[in-house]
Amino acid sequence: MNISTLTISQIQADLAARKYSAVELAGAVLNFAAAENPKTNAYLHFSPERAMAAARVVDEKLARGEAAGRLAGVPIAVKDVIVTKGVRTTCGSKMLEHYVPPYDATAIIRLEQEGAVILGKANCDEFAMGSSNENSAFGAVRNPVALDRVPGGSSGGSAAVVAQGTAVVSLGSDTGGSIRQPASFCGIVGVTPTYGRVSRYGLVAFASSLDHIGPFARNVRDSATVLAAMAGHDECDATSAAAPVDDYHAALTGQVKGLRIGLPKEYFESLGSESGALIHQAVDQLKKLGCEVVDISLPTTQQAIACYYIICTAEASSNLARYDGVRYTTRSPQSDTLSNMYRNTRGDGFGRECKRRIMLGTYVLSHGYYDAYYLKAQKVRALIAQDFARAFAQVDAIVAPVSPFPAFKLGEKMADPLQMYLSDIYTITGSLAGIPCLSVPCGNTQEGLPVGLQILTKHFDESTMFRLAHAFEQSRLG
Amino acid sequence: MKITEQEVRYVADLANLRLNDQEIHAMAHDMDEILVYMEKLSEVNTDGVEPMAQVLFDAAETATLRADVEHPERRFSSEIATAQAPQAGGGYFKVPKVIERA
Repeated sequence: MNISTLTISQIQADLAARKYSAVELAGAVLNFAAAENPKTNAYLHFSPERAMAAARVVDEKLARGEAAGRLAGVPIAVKDVIVTKGVRTTCGSKMLEHYVPPYDATAIIRLEQEGAVILGKANCDEFAMGSSNENSAFGAVRNPVALDRVPGGSSGGSAAVVAQGTAVVSLGSDTGGSIRQPASFCGIVGVTPTYGRVSRYGLVAFASSLDHIGPFARNVRDSATVLAAMAGHDECDATSAAAPVDDYHAALTGQVKGLRIGLPKEYFESLGSESGALIHQAVDQLKKLGCEVVDISLPTTQQAIACYYIICTAEASSNLARYDGVRYTTRSPQSDTLSNMYRNTRGDGFGRECKRRIMLGTYVLSHGYYDAYYLKAQKVRALIAQDFARAFAQVDAIVAPVSPFPAFKLGEKMADPLQMYLSDIYTITGSLAGIPCLSVPCGNTQEGLPVGLQILTKHFDESTMFRLAHAFEQSRLG
Repeated sequence: MKITEQEVRYVADLANLRLNDQEIHAMAHDMDEILVYMEKLSEVNTDGVEPMAQVLFDAAETATLRADVEHPERRFSSEIATAQAPQAGGGYFKVPKVIERA
């Protein structure tokens, strides 16, 4: 068994053939992860008891000849912003360093019902705020492909474990690109489903109108398997969508002949030359597979970063108000009055980027600025969504870069927060519109750094997104 | 310039966030740069555009309502609910005194 290249389908076949048991697999991957993790700092902590209990259930079911689920025995890591009952959930923040949730997120319950084995919690930017995973209170994550570089963010740990081989698949969260960008930087598949497709119940809120849970995997099929297992309506999340979940595997036909693909011209203007060449190669490949490629325009792209960073900081300032020293483990020793308790707990507990976003969000929502910033941004958001709606009247899917450049060096962009925000240009538009999008590897730069191709489709059309990504992936292997 | 250090102090007060002098200084610089960039929004004409607060899909108005029944498996006691508090007792959260006895 080669742990670092295992896939879900391989595990299912091996378990059926009795090559190893789920308990043996969980133990082997946990040992491997414990040995390898110091290189990347991708896991914050492990949950061996929970993993072994889940693996034993799978083995017992298999021994009785019962179905053990679509994810039977699959070792999975979970971004530490998704709550796990009895397993510490820190959100990469000092504020929640000792927080042990009393319940499980819906996504977690559903994955475990399908036999998934949760190995531990993955490092991330504090409260999922960042594009490099350098904002974690528990240290940056290193990219397993190039250890002097960032894995991307904010779900950097979740991407790194899959690339490093210390988990087979993982869960991340995406608010403005936090799944697609690290997937691209680490050379794996990362999926942001339609807003509301996966319940946010138990996902610690950053920007509620933008937050998504989604999977990381080594191939498109595995990512579709994980999404299918957790997607669907949940009455615990009022924004969860009632639409039925498609059979994503049925879409993986390899046939994409006649699909109309849009290339948004605005997405190629500030693109680095090496990444650009790889994206253009990928487009040529799609043409060879029979796709019809047309140029399209998404004119409001230029204003998307300003729009996004107003809306997400406004929502963040509201969501993070709950960390005030009353309910969540941390209280400043300087809490002589209620007001000092609030101010000092928050001053001590939050890191730099969280403070910056709370401040920006409070400012744009404050009296006298609300209309000029927050309301204006919501209107621009509507225009961005309309851009996509118009485009999808002409094309079945949109293909674009994920990031202007491949993984950058640790520390390279930390001094300039605006430059860091600007790197999110290609991912935040899809997040604002709430459409499904993914990153699939499309090659490496001269230096060997992975580059991802982004595929976006209309609301709830994950099937076309997976079909195209899978056909592209297979054509690269072939 | 979009924001002064004095305004930063005011916003920090609104946010119940203690920032030291060094943080105020750096924050003023960062916020100013970002707020200047945000002016890009004024490039777009949004006359007559309805603000988008949420990603919405066609659904019945009652689609987000659930049946009013108890879910014992999701219920937990006030002891469990307050167990993660820095200070709790008797099923309550404890905070510094807010009301002085006369």
